[in-house]
Amino acid sequence: MILDGKCPTGPIEQTWDKHRFDLKLVNPANKRKYNVIVVGTGLAGGAAAASLGELGYNVQAFCYQDSPRRAHSIAAQGGINAAKNYPNDGDSIYRLFYDTIKGGDFRAREADVWRLAQVSNNIIDQCVAQGVPFGRDYAGYLDNRSFGGAQVSRTFFARGQTGQQLLLGAYSALSRQIKLGSVKMYDRREMLDLVVVDGVARGITVRNLVTGEMESYAADAVCLATGGYVNVFYLSTNAMGCSVTANWKAHKKGAFFANPCYTQIHPTCIPQAGDYQSKLTLMSESLRNDGRVWVPKKKEDCGKHPNEIPEDARDYYLERKYPSYGNLAPRDIASRAAKEQCDDGRGVGPGGRGVYLDFGDSIKRLGEDTIRERYGNLFEMYEKITDENGYKRPMRMYPAPHYSMGGLWVDYNLMSNIPGLFVLGEANFSVHGANRLGASALMQGLADGYFVIPYTIGGYLATVKPGQVKTDHPEFKQCEEDVKAEQNKMLAINGKKTVFEFMREIGGLMWENCGMARTKESLETNLKKIPALREEFWKNVKVTGSGAELNQQLENAGRTADFIEFSELLCRDALHRNESCGGHFRSEFQDAGEAQRDDVNFCYVGAWEYKGANKEPELHKEPLKFDNVHLAIRSYK
Amino acid sequence: MQLTSSSIGRKILMAITGQAMVLFAVVHLLGNSSIFGWLNGGINAYAEHLHSLPLPIIVGFRLALLAMVCVHIWFGIQLTIENRGGRPQQYAVKSTQKATFASENMIWTGSLLGLFLLYHLAHFTLQVINPETAALKNLVPLHNEMVPNVLGMVVTGFKNFFVSFIYVGAMVTLFLHLSHGIQSFFQTMGWSCDKSQPLLVKFGTLVALGLFLGYVTIPLTIFAGILKG
Amino acid sequence: MSDHKTMTLTLIVWRQKNASDAGKFETYTAKNITEHHSFLEMLDCVNEDLIHTGKDPIVFDHDCREGICGMCSQVVNGAPHGGQERTTVCQLHMRKFKDGDTIYIEPWRARAFPIIRDLIVDRSALDKIIQAGGYTSCHTGGVADGNAILIPKPVADEAMDAAECVGCGACVAGCPNGSAMLFTGAKVSQLAILPQGKGEAAARVRNMTNTMTECGFGNCTNHYECMAACPKGINVKFIARMNREFMKALIA
Repeated sequence: MILDGKCPTGPIEQTWDKHRFDLKLVNPANKRKYNVIVVGTGLAGGAAAASLGELGYNVQAFCYQDSPRRAHSIAAQGGINAAKNYPNDGDSIYRLFYDTIKGGDFRAREADVWRLAQVSNNIIDQCVAQGVPFGRDYAGYLDNRSFGGAQVSRTFFARGQTGQQLLLGAYSALSRQIKLGSVKMYDRREMLDLVVVDGVARGITVRNLVTGEMESYAADAVCLATGGYVNVFYLSTNAMGCSVTANWKAHKKGAFFANPCYTQIHPTCIPQAGDYQSKLTLMSESLRNDGRVWVPKKKEDCGKHPNEIPEDARDYYLERKYPSYGNLAPRDIASRAAKEQCDDGRGVGPGGRGVYLDFGDSIKRLGEDTIRERYGNLFEMYEKITDENGYKRPMRMYPAPHYSMGGLWVDYNLMSNIPGLFVLGEANFSVHGANRLGASALMQGLADGYFVIPYTIGGYLATVKPGQVKTDHPEFKQCEEDVKAEQNKMLAINGKKTVFEFMREIGGLMWENCGMARTKESLETNLKKIPALREEFWKNVKVTGSGAELNQQLENAGRTADFIEFSELLCRDALHRNESCGGHFRSEFQDAGEAQRDDVNFCYVGAWEYKGANKEPELHKEPLKFDNVHLAIRSYK
Repeated sequence: MQLTSSSIGRKILMAITGQAMVLFAVVHLLGNSSIFGWLNGGINAYAEHLHSLPLPIIVGFRLALLAMVCVHIWFGIQLTIENRGGRPQQYAVKSTQKATFASENMIWTGSLLGLFLLYHLAHFTLQVINPETAALKNLVPLHNEMVPNVLGMVVTGFKNFFVSFIYVGAMVTLFLHLSHGIQSFFQTMGWSCDKSQPLLVKFGTLVALGLFLGYVTIPLTIFAGILKG
Repeated sequence: MSDHKTMTLTLIVWRQKNASDAGKFETYTAKNITEHHSFLEMLDCVNEDLIHTGKDPIVFDHDCREGICGMCSQVVNGAPHGGQERTTVCQLHMRKFKDGDTIYIEPWRARAFPIIRDLIVDRSALDKIIQAGGYTSCHTGGVADGNAILIPKPVADEAMDAAECVGCGACVAGCPNGSAMLFTGAKVSQLAILPQGKGEAAARVRNMTNTMTECGFGNCTNHYECMAACPKGINVKFIARMNREFMKALIA
């Protein structure tokens, strides 16, 4: 099937305004008759729930954490982009649009990206009004910093905790609506199924994580803002609770999963220290402004103290390979280069999985105080985790899974192929193409939540009668029973391996064979091993306790089962995409180490339809058209 | 209403009444120090001066002090009961980093001070502890007038080890109470910032120490026989 | 860095089946722990052993494991988050302990935080405080340009100092009175410092502190244990500032 993104046509500058006018409206008095479910309370979900509640809809919001303020949007460090052009350095909506399309390696829809760039400015104003303490200059004007993938300074920030401050802004707006009664908040609830009646999304099944009870909620529209899936690699910069579960359950109920193979690996994370490790910690990309990346030239030197390795025995490989960009090569390039060095046996630190990020030269040139002023908090964090002083010896870094560009397929209205199911933020696939630029994730989450869904959901709701299906519909009972049956099955296995062990195993397979670089062989290996692992899981997993209580093992078991199923789809997508683009690098498709895109055969969105367990999913394509930006090759040499 | 029912309102009442009593303690000490002879006629002259003030002022002042004490005690007990309930179960391991013995035992040092206050009033104001040395009954000449012999009463009292002991003990308690109370006043009134806050803690302790030293000098010098009647 | 020394530790952990269970301490041994384990990874290892032997693992709240989400909440040897300065328990590493140490692990203890299970407590009272006024009542859309109000850097920085609170509740756990004044003071201050929040400042401080009391939190008696416990180093000057705001509201 050829998918239609329902993008408005005409001059790109007018698309969103025209579309907004064309959308149907719901009468203010009628809005309260409509129930809307929002799952997830990060930037996208929190902003959406608050904005929809304010408009007058009856909103029910859900999160698995103990409070809506804890969603993983909170961990974003660097900043949020907007085309304000405050520094007068040549920025514009068009330039932000262009940079995002190009940064995404020409695999995103033009109209969606244009809209994102257009509303980016409203986001900053909105957050300022909420009391987000953005960085300012002494005169009181908003300050900007530079970020990767752009030649203008358009990134707004709140120290190194921009994500936190933006999320707390959305959370405060949400809290206000909760107090006013327009939003009912359900925390410590995990969505375990999407209820679809006659092909239309009508509600969700959730598990109350405290009591273990299954609960059903009905609504006229369901919004998923459930984040990304890079925990499929087990070790990632995501929070422990981030999972593909909500998206995967929706996928199994018919929602198409688009471009799952587009995963972003961030080059500067603190390397893994041991097998017991539970997560990886990101160190802001900005460190590469002053740090030089190197590994020893000779394998024998890898065990030595880095300060004992003389200058001429060091390989500053980024500067060597990409002389014009040097240490500031883009994320995907820098990550792959680090992997190459380590694969060559010249990695440093435990397991040889690390490269040095050396501030020695900068400290000599600028002094330790200047470096401390710029990156003090990062050095502190590094020392807390590694017990090493980054001023005295080079830091060790290694790439880590960070973000998923792929997600559930949505049209221009953010509605999936299931009517009534909307997908927001990282959970959808829409604007980042094959690679996301720094400081754009926050922008997308808030754009979707504050300024897109409040319009587009009205366009849908205006066409449906409110309250058609209630939780007494047999489908709700069926979903609850299905979920319970699956959980009981897991609890009854009483095998030998813990959930963590399975998660580590699937993560290992994915990282090894479907990580920074993929080949036909490695993916085929995974497609053989994953079904076997899936089978083993259902025979040999050990989950203690019962379903009728707070049971973290059971929660993790469900997420792991979904990750195992999903990982197969990810590999399948990676295998079918015979090209390299952005975060998807197929070793066979390269031009002297650089990604080789195939615009003739793969300039489309690959959206997969679930066909049942043990059945091959079906691929649907949405061709991508570029009327405003010319397809070009990215080169950083 | 907000002042007497809310958490911060009551805290402000505690701070203001407490601080008023601190000021009283300072003035009281200055007056008492006349025992060392800087005032012509010594403490007897000072006492006579106070008694010769117009009656409404004396009564008004005493009533105001009484009100302060009552408010401070009433809300002190009320807040303490509420606060004990704030953490019904203690930790198995106690590990405090900023709290002090003084800050954690305000209710006990306060209670002891309350009891001492009763004793002190009975001793020197109502003069019922040692009626035979009561100043009001033993008049001495001063500037051609017969005035109560406060000096004699004080000296005889503090010659007694137990009386001196009670007073010194009470002043240790006062030191503890004020070492937390004074800086607490500034914090509660919002007159503190990150730079001044640690200084105010030191300042509060210093004032408390000054009051302690000033007050204990009287019984100690008398007991040691340095100050004679 | 890559030494293979491992530690064996004795853990004395609070176990409580559910809110109505009385709860008690249980003793466990953590083996093969390296100095690079984070505190929570150490607990992961203990849990893996427990699961293998068919026992219920210790449950505890955690999510981002990088010190920003505010989910983790354990009192280690009497100190919220373990007592390392400006560190959440997820960022506390085992190099702070010695082989053979005995470690007491307890949940946040405060009347306003009922225990849900083991080390997990219910902190929804903090959300209620925010719902009482921890926001500016702006609408989505229809706001002024971000540069329409000038906020000089020192003012913005001061607001940011207050805004860094992660809402973990360590201040409450550390406070002998179970008071949430530092949490409340930080939000009241952030919005009172910024021009955007000044309009509602009086109602905000009244409503938020009243809600704090209604939720069962104790009162502030200036112990400053909250500041010592705070993993973000929020200063008690923000409590002082809230007190000022409260007085202004009394007069207003």
